[in-house]
Amino acid sequence: MRTLIFIELEKIFKKWRTYIGFIAIGVLVPIVQIALYFTGKDYLRALTHGLQDSFIMVGNLFNGYLVANLILNALFIHIPFLIVLVGGDLLAGEATSGTYRMLLTRPISRFQVITAKFIAGVIYIISLLGWLAFLSLGVSILIFGTGELITFSDGLIIFQSNDILWRFGMAYFFATISMAAVFSVSFFFSSLVENAIGPIVASMAVIIIFFILSALPIDILQEMKTYFFTSHMGVWSNFFHDPVDYSEVFNSALVLLAHVFGLYGITLYIFIKKDILS
Amino acid sequence: MDTDHIIEVRGLTKKFKNLIAVNNLDFNVFRGDVFGFLGPNGAGKSTTIRMLLSLIKPTAGDIKIFGLPLNENREKIFSKVGAIVEKPDFYLNLSAYKNLELLGKLCKADVSRKKIMEMLELVGLASRYKSRVKTYSHGMKQRLGLAQALLHDPDLIILDEPTTGLDPQGMKEIRDLIIYLSKTKGKTIFLSSHILREVEIIASRMIIINKGTARVEGKVEDLLNTEKVNVTFEVDDIPKALNIIGLSMWKDNFKSKEKNQITFEIPRTEIAELNKYLIENYVNVSAVIPVRSLEDYFLKITEGGDR
Repeated sequence: MRTLIFIELEKIFKKWRTYIGFIAIGVLVPIVQIALYFTGKDYLRALTHGLQDSFIMVGNLFNGYLVANLILNALFIHIPFLIVLVGGDLLAGEATSGTYRMLLTRPISRFQVITAKFIAGVIYIISLLGWLAFLSLGVSILIFGTGELITFSDGLIIFQSNDILWRFGMAYFFATISMAAVFSVSFFFSSLVENAIGPIVASMAVIIIFFILSALPIDILQEMKTYFFTSHMGVWSNFFHDPVDYSEVFNSALVLLAHVFGLYGITLYIFIKKDILS
Repeated sequence: MDTDHIIEVRGLTKKFKNLIAVNNLDFNVFRGDVFGFLGPNGAGKSTTIRMLLSLIKPTAGDIKIFGLPLNENREKIFSKVGAIVEKPDFYLNLSAYKNLELLGKLCKADVSRKKIMEMLELVGLASRYKSRVKTYSHGMKQRLGLAQALLHDPDLIILDEPTTGLDPQGMKEIRDLIIYLSKTKGKTIFLSSHILREVEIIASRMIIINKGTARVEGKVEDLLNTEKVNVTFEVDDIPKALNIIGLSMWKDNFKSKEKNQITFEIPRTEIAELNKYLIENYVNVSAVIPVRSLEDYFLKITEGGDR
């Protein structure tokens, strides 16, 4: 199985489309950082405008943590669209290129093939979010330094500098689960067809439709949205609340993991039953 | 896996909705056979091969390979099977070397540089081992397909149209390689081909299928030698030739005439005798042109005349 996973990773990382996500993040994050480098202080002033009459702000509030938090908020909604580029291609790409015939006539089971591809896909997600963490948090700390983190949720919260890194760690971990759910959707669609474009478009459509349905103020949709994976993707931000609502975090993680394992199971079933005609 | 029945197929059937692609097919492939698998387009050859390789699930029937039921022993069986199914497709963005390395690892084959280069050398691609497969011609991919099928030293090699897209020299090389693998290495080869001459030269046994059912199965030489063949005589005087043929035992074997050629359907053993008869009766014969025996036989079988 380990060999199979390495082979799948090699196949993923030899494809140009794999790097679209890395390039997009690699371009966007520095742009935000450069913009904040020159105008960040003004931004912070505007953010804390109403408070400056009541409080005396001391220390380095405009720091790498704040920048990383801003970037995570800004980019997180777009990352699913980068994930499906790879997820949608994982199975359909083999069908398109006809390589199923080579792969599935080897002494390996279809269960092993699907599982190795799924694990390789999750490793891709981890590496993409790792790249985001490195650029948005690591590089931002190098440029802007550290300090307290100021955030707004129900009100103003300031976290001490020694109480921040674990929150980022947990936020990225939760984000990985969210993106695994998105990946599972595209992986599932990828098992149904023989062309990667369909699964990519279908996955994007599902995400957009779920977002729209969740936003509509209709009672039945509001009840249903609890079960939409899109409703739980942003729960990573709970780690920047005080106190952290762990019950919501666990519930959301459960819904997302149910999507991940449920869709993996359905994909596995479809793939094992599938006649390879490509 | 120590059995002489390398492939045993019983009652193999595949239905796609209303279409019966393969219908109650039975055949055996024995150790050391080069087994020709023939049939016109749409006869069910590729569907059968895909079922042998577990790419398609049969609707009914049993397949045993090396004496083991395929369904329950897929991985054990495939560690000793190499295959090309239809056109060989590879990871186009990877080099030939890398493709072989990846596919070889999946078979737990020796993927040392020496072994991979040896395989590429065998199929004449060593000089292009670094090139991405997307730069390869169809013929080169076909050769690479053969290399990947042989990399893990399989006992059974299933080849679906292995010479398609090759130039005449390449076709000959692949044929010679198949003969070498069979005769010298003792491999069992299941060969599906549209090139009837190829099967005639290489195969020891064969089956012809049509509309999903077996029409005939047996040793190639037995099947061909019992049959009459079409043979064309190029002569200088057609009326005279027809006249003396009308007086001979071959008058009922006459099939057609065109310009200076007369065609007969006669047993292979009588060709020389007929030639002698024409010459002895002062008809000059400038050429004796046999129509390919298997082609003739194939057409007869697949047109339904034999059953």
